[in-house]
Amino acid sequence: MIRLDHVGKTFSDGTEAVKDLSMEINEGEFCVLLGPSGCGKTTTMKMINRLISLTSGKICVDGVDIYNLDQNELRMGIGYAIQNIGLFPHLTVWQNIATVPMLKKWPKTKQHERAEELLELVGMEPDTFIDRYPSELSGGQQQRIGVARCLGADPPILLMDEPFGAIDPITRAKLQDEFLKIQAKIKKTIAFVTHDINEAIKMGDRIALMRAGELVQFSDPSTLLSSPKDEFVRDFVGADSVLKGLRLLRAKDVMQPPPLTVEVHENPMLVKARMEKDRIGWAMLTEDEGHFLGWVSCDDLQESKSIRDTATPPTVTGTPDTPLNEALSKMFDSAIGNLAILDNGERLVGVLSFEIIRDVLGQSVSEAKVEPCGEEQ
Amino acid sequence: MWGQAWRYLLNHPDKILQWTLQHLYIIIVANVCAVVLGVLIGIYISGKGRERIAETVIYFASIMMTVPSLALYGILMGILSSLALPSIGFLPVVIALTLYGLLPIIRNTYTAIREVDPAMIEAGRGMGMRELQILTKVKLPLAVPVIMAGLRQAVVMNIGIAAIGAYIGAGGLGQPIFRGIANWRPDLIVVGATFVSLLAIISDLLMGGLEWLTTPKGVRIRRKS
Repeated sequence: MIRLDHVGKTFSDGTEAVKDLSMEINEGEFCVLLGPSGCGKTTTMKMINRLISLTSGKICVDGVDIYNLDQNELRMGIGYAIQNIGLFPHLTVWQNIATVPMLKKWPKTKQHERAEELLELVGMEPDTFIDRYPSELSGGQQQRIGVARCLGADPPILLMDEPFGAIDPITRAKLQDEFLKIQAKIKKTIAFVTHDINEAIKMGDRIALMRAGELVQFSDPSTLLSSPKDEFVRDFVGADSVLKGLRLLRAKDVMQPPPLTVEVHENPMLVKARMEKDRIGWAMLTEDEGHFLGWVSCDDLQESKSIRDTATPPTVTGTPDTPLNEALSKMFDSAIGNLAILDNGERLVGVLSFEIIRDVLGQSVSEAKVEPCGEEQ
Repeated sequence: MWGQAWRYLLNHPDKILQWTLQHLYIIIVANVCAVVLGVLIGIYISGKGRERIAETVIYFASIMMTVPSLALYGILMGILSSLALPSIGFLPVVIALTLYGLLPIIRNTYTAIREVDPAMIEAGRGMGMRELQILTKVKLPLAVPVIMAGLRQAVVMNIGIAAIGAYIGAGGLGQPIFRGIANWRPDLIVVGATFVSLLAIISDLLMGGLEWLTTPKGVRIRRKS
């Protein structure tokens, strides 16, 4: 656990970068420090590993004042990853990853094993990459090595300063997803700096929004979106906060069971009769207990054709873990407008429709509308 | 003249070898001193908040280069004799060449260390490297090839200047040149000059190879791409 207690930082030129900031980052929590540039978020993060000294206040890591520890011991116990990565070009990938183990004087074989393990963890084939040099890697791969390096000696705490900042949006999204999966496994206590509200919402368990050196709001992402504390937060979150809220929900949270599923061997005219009776426009065609084949429209069903021949195969599908914002854009791509949700085995588990999304949006809109009244008290 | 020089070469290979070795010895001693001093000074002035000192040091080293070698020998003779040290021969020449060699080495060390990507230094520091470890494990490995380029410049330049050292009795390949001028023996001048040039060319090639060898593999790959 990291505790900041009335922390202040005034630089020698008189700039007050951080003012009387108190916050706690819990064990295993992914805490995002968010704010516009110059708000003090990076300064705050760098004070935790003493890259920047405190002017006032106190920072404790697991109850111990960081100024009671040896500076370099403290830093070796805290993973550190930065936007510009700063890989050492004269060292190979494994030597880079094993920087802290090397500083801690682990035996060479153990350093090498650890590097292999971490390459595996960040999704890079150890045999291919372990002896390469940073200059032989793409930007995304370098960023992965940066992440692997900050996990070098398995520190309980990670400090990350826009670690996915300098790469293209597609690779960034991929790295974010992968890092969330890694974090679910390793459960580190993380202070993660970003100025990107979308990244913050996607990654953070809690978001600390800062302005001019002060902590404005410190809450979980959905609270930040639905109940912004003041005008600044509202502006920062943006006018599309409701849409942003979609990425906090996953398909499995709101999907509904299919209104009607039919099996390939069923008689088309019986199905047609049932759909007409229940006024169902689309049925979902499956075979072998849930393997999804496509959409069946009531109008297309004919006696002379098998159901399989009349079905429209799905162009896009989602998984239970697809965030709703992605699901929504997939629905626009889908000819049907609905999205079939399949689990890993390709089995049909539910369906998303515009109606469902509209209901979800409606709820968060009404939540958001309640808040300003509360604020005026 | 060329025929005479060739005959001299065939008749007195022992003398030429002796002058060449003397010359080499002076160069090696002076440049070892220059590289040790230059790198230490370069590291010192590249430290945080020493920009002013760095400017001054590099300025004085540049001025040093403009002092004619004969004048420098003269000045050093005066200083050395007042310290009761040998004021002619090997010592003043080595000191002068060390001083001349300092500038390229200091300048390259300073620039190379200054140009190490700050992100690397921050990453190193953030992971718990001590300042000395940042210097030895990050800055210097990246700076060595640039320092070697400075040394290469210093060596090639000093091979020429060392020839003048014969004037104050340091021996070396300047000896046949001065003797040739004094006694009007063009063959001696040609022999001396040719060997000084050869030495410079060969040293340049060797130092180039050394520069390549000291460039870390990961950095070499980047240069290619």
